[in-house]
Amino acid sequence: MLLKGNEALALAAIRYGVDAYYGYPITPQSEIMETLIAQKPWESTGMTVLQAESEVAAINMVYGTAATGRMAMTSSSGPGISLMQNGISYLCGANLPCLIVNVMRGGPGLGTISPSQADYFQATRGGGHGDYRTLVLAPSSVQEMADFVAIAFQWAFRYRNPAMILADGTIGQMMEKVTLPPFQQRLTASEVAKLHTWASTGRREGQQRNIVSSLDLDPAAMELKCLNREQRYQVAIDNDARHQAIHCDDAEILIVAFGSAARICTKTVQLARQQGIRAGLFRPITLWPFPAQALRQAAQHAQHILVVELNAGQMIDDVRLALTTQNNPTTTPNLPNTSNHPNTPTITHYGRLGGVVFTPEEILNHIKNIHTAPPTQTAPPTQTTPPTQTAPSTPPH
Amino acid sequence: MLLYKKPSLLTDTNMHYCPGCSHAVVNKIIAEVLEEMNIGTENIIGVSPVGCGVFIYNYIDIDWVEAAHGRAPAVATGVKRMNPDKLVFTYQGDGEVTAIGTGEVIHACNRGENIAIIFINNAVFGMTNGQMAPTTPLGMKTTTCPDGRDPQLNGYPLPMAQLFADIQGTCYVTRQAVNTYKAVKNTKKAIRRAFDYSLQRKGTSVVEIICACPTNWKMTPVEANKYISDFSVKTFPLGDLKRP
Amino acid sequence: MFHHLLLTAVHATIQQGNVNIDNNRCKGCGLCVATCPAKTLQLSNNVNTRGYNFSQQLRPNRCIGCASCALICPDACITVFRTGLRKTI
Repeated sequence: MLLKGNEALALAAIRYGVDAYYGYPITPQSEIMETLIAQKPWESTGMTVLQAESEVAAINMVYGTAATGRMAMTSSSGPGISLMQNGISYLCGANLPCLIVNVMRGGPGLGTISPSQADYFQATRGGGHGDYRTLVLAPSSVQEMADFVAIAFQWAFRYRNPAMILADGTIGQMMEKVTLPPFQQRLTASEVAKLHTWASTGRREGQQRNIVSSLDLDPAAMELKCLNREQRYQVAIDNDARHQAIHCDDAEILIVAFGSAARICTKTVQLARQQGIRAGLFRPITLWPFPAQALRQAAQHAQHILVVELNAGQMIDDVRLALTTQNNPTTTPNLPNTSNHPNTPTITHYGRLGGVVFTPEEILNHIKNIHTAPPTQTAPPTQTTPPTQTAPSTPPH
Repeated sequence: MLLYKKPSLLTDTNMHYCPGCSHAVVNKIIAEVLEEMNIGTENIIGVSPVGCGVFIYNYIDIDWVEAAHGRAPAVATGVKRMNPDKLVFTYQGDGEVTAIGTGEVIHACNRGENIAIIFINNAVFGMTNGQMAPTTPLGMKTTTCPDGRDPQLNGYPLPMAQLFADIQGTCYVTRQAVNTYKAVKNTKKAIRRAFDYSLQRKGTSVVEIICACPTNWKMTPVEANKYISDFSVKTFPLGDLKRP
Repeated sequence: MFHHLLLTAVHATIQQGNVNIDNNRCKGCGLCVATCPAKTLQLSNNVNTRGYNFSQQLRPNRCIGCASCALICPDACITVFRTGLRKTI
């Protein structure tokens, strides 16, 4: 089936048996709600689709539905996701699962409606107040827009935490052949009550009441709740970091890119290889948890790491953390000591901002500059960050 | 013959409310009504607010969802859409309904969500030490209008109930009080009606209750209740504004 | 109102009641004392475990079992019983 990314995601949600969608229109993702409503899923699977009065209301409707143990989702773009951050923090605080889709556009402020990846920090650092993370999946194809709905909900319920699909205008709007997942029945009320004993579905006779809340005024009790959340996050870090590696084994120049940027860079690697440049692509599929360990392995032979993003340099922070920190606190202990890495590659960034999208050739030209010139002297005009960032050659004491 | 006892749905937990607080009276009335309706607690889900009323979930023995400040009607929408046959109600203060959450409450009413909204109007922000609320009567002193509310600076008391009555999605809008035992009886009847209408899917019901906050009004509970009879009802007259 | 009844009614009967106040739940707000039409309640000079001057029934024989105190009580401390009818004259 030939579909837009936004349409594929909407159809996959109906087929996966999602219980409710609440949203507020914003470019470039309005097709998600439009597709859902055109399908009239309330007549087939019984799914609720409701246009809310604002993103703030939408995320709180998600909160209400999630509190009853149901699969709830919303979608928006940067300005709307910013408005939702308070609600996302409450969802994390109350340990509620849900899916939030961000089809990114250029910012800050009202910005532009063209594609961008500038919400990486917002998505991977939590974004709202308090100690929390969201599980972030970054699709780079229409097929992944469809497939990630199921993965996101599975993780959201496993870790009792919101999951996010961080796409951008390119992935949302482009059309591609896609195989949709098979239809799955929505859970019945009794199945939900049996499966999710924490949900507020009405206290049954003789049972204790459920209170879905993020509040606890007792600091000791609150700390326990926070530590419990951190433990769940650690399990996610240990088990669910995902990546894709293309020609990484012998890569001298390793491109690290996600989402639509990775898609463009796949072509760049192909072109580079044709011209005899040993380039590779490492694509984090989960942005949080970040696949740090896999990146360390992929970067073993790299002389240069080029982080390519449609922003001013955000994921590069995680790349640096992964490659330059001896004991990365966000990953498991007993990892190889990267300070003894035979190569300490240089790490630079290449980005376009404001909704401008680079071409594969543009990246290739940039790679050629790196390849021919010593990295410290490379400073092409489009580079958005200082050209070099050398990893420390000795471990910090 | 037993004439009155603490409703069994009201837990034994000592309520955190200050002495004479109307919140406690309304918590008690809701527990009484829920018990008398006898629909089974598996058919009731409450949505609690942010503010002094947040801990209502510790006092009434039903399932609760605690919402972000002002968002209870949106949260209740999410709950009710998944549980169309159950009684879903919000318990909110005037900070929620008339200030930060006006958007959510207006639109929940406008969609005619089959929920009941219990709206506690005590004219101040109680939990944060008694700042001015949009409902503060003209001339009343609070920590953020220490010389009394001046309409030139702070505008006028917001008559939300009138707005609700004008919205097509609402079926029942009433303004009650709990400052006398007769008012308590009327409020109980009003809450019962609101809950019944919700279950009959007639639309959104709003029960505004003029309440006393003796601590922040700097009055004794008896003085505060008398203030309601003498002054508050001039700003907010009691009675039904809309019936189905 | 009830005093009036007492003075004028011949062979009239009025309800007689009794209340039981949960001293430790009481916060001594005094709303029941002010509401009681028969003036049977008063705040104690003693305090409960939480430091409040709790409400108590001083003149039980005057209680008419109207439950006004229980209705106005914020903390649901008061249980009310009707004990029967009492001849007034």
